[in-house]
Amino acid sequence: MASKNNIGQNRLVVGAHYGLRDWLVQRLTGIVMAIYTIVLLGLFLTGQNFSYEGWAGLFARQWFKLFTAVTLFGLFYHAWVGMRDISMDYCKNAGLRLILQVVIVMWLLVCAAWTVQILWSV
Amino acid sequence: MSEAVREVPKKERPEFRNIHITELSNYRMPPSAIVSILHRISGAGLFLMLPFLLYLFQLSLLSESTFMQFKGVLEHPIAKILILGLSWAYLHHFCAGVRHLFMDNHFALDKDGSRMTAKSVLIVSLLLTVAVGLKLFGVF
Repeated sequence: MASKNNIGQNRLVVGAHYGLRDWLVQRLTGIVMAIYTIVLLGLFLTGQNFSYEGWAGLFARQWFKLFTAVTLFGLFYHAWVGMRDISMDYCKNAGLRLILQVVIVMWLLVCAAWTVQILWSV
Repeated sequence: MSEAVREVPKKERPEFRNIHITELSNYRMPPSAIVSILHRISGAGLFLMLPFLLYLFQLSLLSESTFMQFKGVLEHPIAKILILGLSWAYLHHFCAGVRHLFMDNHFALDKDGSRMTAKSVLIVSLLLTVAVGLKLFGVF
């Protein structure tokens, strides 16, 4: 028991063990976004005469609406992981970093709420 | 233990730190480093421009008249440059991300392989941006 917990008196244990989870989330959301990007980029590059009916009609379909929503929510989570990494790399002051991270989260939550409003108004 | 042994001064060991931002100009970055820093810059840029992109997305979907408004915004030269820049940022981030996924699975981890894939990311993302730009501005 004691040997298991013996991590040395000079070692400061920090972190909430979210490293692997965030790493994995960033990969999985990346894969979802990559699939969505390939679909939309293909439609965009091969399409002709874009009309409001055609464009809005695509997003009016339930499956595409949900696919878009899941992709964008994934994007916001992905952006959180990336922006948190950036804040940890460059902002060394803990108080300032906390404020920065709160602003990042709020920014992304606003974007997520706005996304719902946009998608479900079609 | 003799005095001589105890009082041997600590050997000066070289200290390696991350390079400072002022040293960047005379530091030759390999292609993978260029891809890496552009991955970060493009990601942060896209994060900051999210409201602008959502605003355009809303214009394009809300109604027939806002769709025309959306097309009007795209006509503006500044909007064109901004959107072309954001397209590049997205496509670079996309290509560099795909490279990450391959490297996670131990593809092209050696020096030559990673150099080759890094160059490919830079070239493919630029080519895709050109294609999107030409399409966006009605060339094909």
